[in-house]
Amino acid sequence: MTIDASRGVQAPPELVQLLTPEGERVEHPDYDIDLTPEEIRGLYRDLVLVRRIDLEAVALQRQGELGIWASLLGQEAAQIGSGRALTDADMAFPTYREHGVAWCRDVDPVKLLGLFRGVNHGGWDPVEHNFHLYTIVIGSQTLHAVGYAMGIQRDGAEAAAIVYFGDGATSQGDVNESFIWASVFNAPVVFFCQNNQWAISEPLEKQSRIPLYRRASGFGFPGIRVDGNDVFACLAVTRQALRNAREGNGPTLIEAYTYRMGAHTTSDDPTRYRVADELEAWKLKDPIERLKAYLFKNQLADQAYFEAIDAEADALGRDVRKRCLEMPDPDPLAIFDHVYAHRHPLMEEEREQFAAYLASFEGSEGR
Amino acid sequence: MTTLTLAKAINEGLRRAMEDDPKVLIMGEDVGKLGGVFRVTDGLQKDFGELRVIDTPLAESGIVGTAIGLALRGYRPVCEIQFDGFVFPAADQIITQLAKMPLRSLGALKLPVVVRIPCGGGIGAVEHHSESPEAYFTHTAGLRVVACSNPADAYVMIQQAIRCDDPVIFFEPKRRYWEKAEVDTSPEAAAGWPDLHTARVVRPGGDVTVLAYGPMVRTCLEAATAAEEDGRSVEVIDLRSLNPLDTALVTDSVRRTGRCVIVHEAPVYSGFGAELAARITESCFYHLEAPVLRVGGFSTPYPPSKLEEHYLPDLDRVLDAVDRCFAY
Repeated sequence: MTIDASRGVQAPPELVQLLTPEGERVEHPDYDIDLTPEEIRGLYRDLVLVRRIDLEAVALQRQGELGIWASLLGQEAAQIGSGRALTDADMAFPTYREHGVAWCRDVDPVKLLGLFRGVNHGGWDPVEHNFHLYTIVIGSQTLHAVGYAMGIQRDGAEAAAIVYFGDGATSQGDVNESFIWASVFNAPVVFFCQNNQWAISEPLEKQSRIPLYRRASGFGFPGIRVDGNDVFACLAVTRQALRNAREGNGPTLIEAYTYRMGAHTTSDDPTRYRVADELEAWKLKDPIERLKAYLFKNQLADQAYFEAIDAEADALGRDVRKRCLEMPDPDPLAIFDHVYAHRHPLMEEEREQFAAYLASFEGSEGR
Repeated sequence: MTTLTLAKAINEGLRRAMEDDPKVLIMGEDVGKLGGVFRVTDGLQKDFGELRVIDTPLAESGIVGTAIGLALRGYRPVCEIQFDGFVFPAADQIITQLAKMPLRSLGALKLPVVVRIPCGGGIGAVEHHSESPEAYFTHTAGLRVVACSNPADAYVMIQQAIRCDDPVIFFEPKRRYWEKAEVDTSPEAAAGWPDLHTARVVRPGGDVTVLAYGPMVRTCLEAATAAEEDGRSVEVIDLRSLNPLDTALVTDSVRRTGRCVIVHEAPVYSGFGAELAARITESCFYHLEAPVLRVGGFSTPYPPSKLEEHYLPDLDRVLDAVDRCFAY
């Protein structure tokens, strides 16, 4: 008996690409994008800055300042392209790796670090930024996004929800349920799956026998595979999908085909399960290098511009580091805060007892 | 005053809540045209439309997960879980998301979601239709857990649960759905409603305190009547709220009587009664004449219905425990 699912017959997948790894602009019959030089430089700046934030966070973890960090390295274009497609009224539901989308939603990067430093479980106001809290249980947020989108429908609002998840999440029941809900209720939601090829140590073939974007057809809505390292294509495809959602044309599944260049998190060791050649091949498809080549070749930016962006990135990195180290430890009694919206006798009882216990050590050594 | 069954009382409470607040939604399996398998939502879709009374796909995690999303958008969803044993597919969303998201947001988000669960046995049902899963939820911080026992409370408590800004798990005693009582549905009566999280002495007595909730309240009242014939004065308390617990009412009673029996349908082992017994022992130690005793289901899966009369606590098992209390 064989359990090799790759023996199944598959048609070659289509990939929407507008910018090749070499930085050449290409046409696509269904998707195009018209950006000003300023907008293109803005995308480049976004990509470089979020990579720098990520690099600083990895370093902070290595130095013991963060408990863990989930790096977005390699996925910058997927996140910036889709994140910049959102209007202020749209609502984004992230996993725990969407630092680039958080950047697009004006969430202070230092607020992302709180969760990984262990001072809170999520320190930003989701309503202020229309960027929900990071969800750690894989795939749970897809249902929240669909429910939110059903609320948008009921409000008659000009908005859509977008929900981020990975290739591994597509195996979760909640993700499949969210596809069903979105489909039967025609919810204004965009499912943005970053297929970074690896769910910790498990390659895509452990999750799916078919290309992920094709799952959508079984649920009754369109699925599109986009070059996840091409910021133009991610922006164009997401914009279109969001527009369709807002106009009442229902959900879309976007599979952003990309690669997790780093470890799953700083606790992971990818050398145990993947070969170096694969990493080298994907390095040639780097999202930042291809946009830099495009800008350079088309004389949209010069060396001085790139140096200025690098300097800005370094300053941002220093600022993030400084403010991370300044983050105060929470008060022990904060354990009892915000568990309930209304007063709750058990919270009050235990808080009082614990406060008295802590007070009993006052003046003694070792506390 | 109107005479209503417990099911109809919840229906009227839901109707009132939907009239009072256009953000209140009902969602679940078969809640629309059918009115729910127990008819608790009967007629609501006809009167409030399909946008507010939503027949959902058949997946419980999806019901609660999308209810969370609707709550994030400002709605107040009331989810119906068709039977107690079907809440487990939704347990992940309830425990990891519904209960914890407000804390995760440092108070920026509120999740006013009610999860209604018909619970308990006694209706001759097949497996997964007779369970009492309350302890899973009382053990989960961030949830409020209540259990109504009679039509008048059911009418009031469902409205209070919907108004609450915290998630509420709302247990309904399914074998009592068809029991009738007088319910004051006049708007003026609302001023006199007790707080959602208060317990109530439903029968005063001086010799022993019996604590119950949901379907067991009536059983304990019947036991108290029978005990009276033996000359024992049993005080019966309907807890109504399991989290938070009205500790003061319970301890006041046990300090007076010196004896306590706890009754629930759920298995005794690690059941909600264990928390009650521990708390009472801690707070009433010098007043107790006997150990706190528990009566409940056996520590087995719920049996086939031909055996459920042996599994479920009944009048005699309650009286037996009362008797054992006096053996000390």
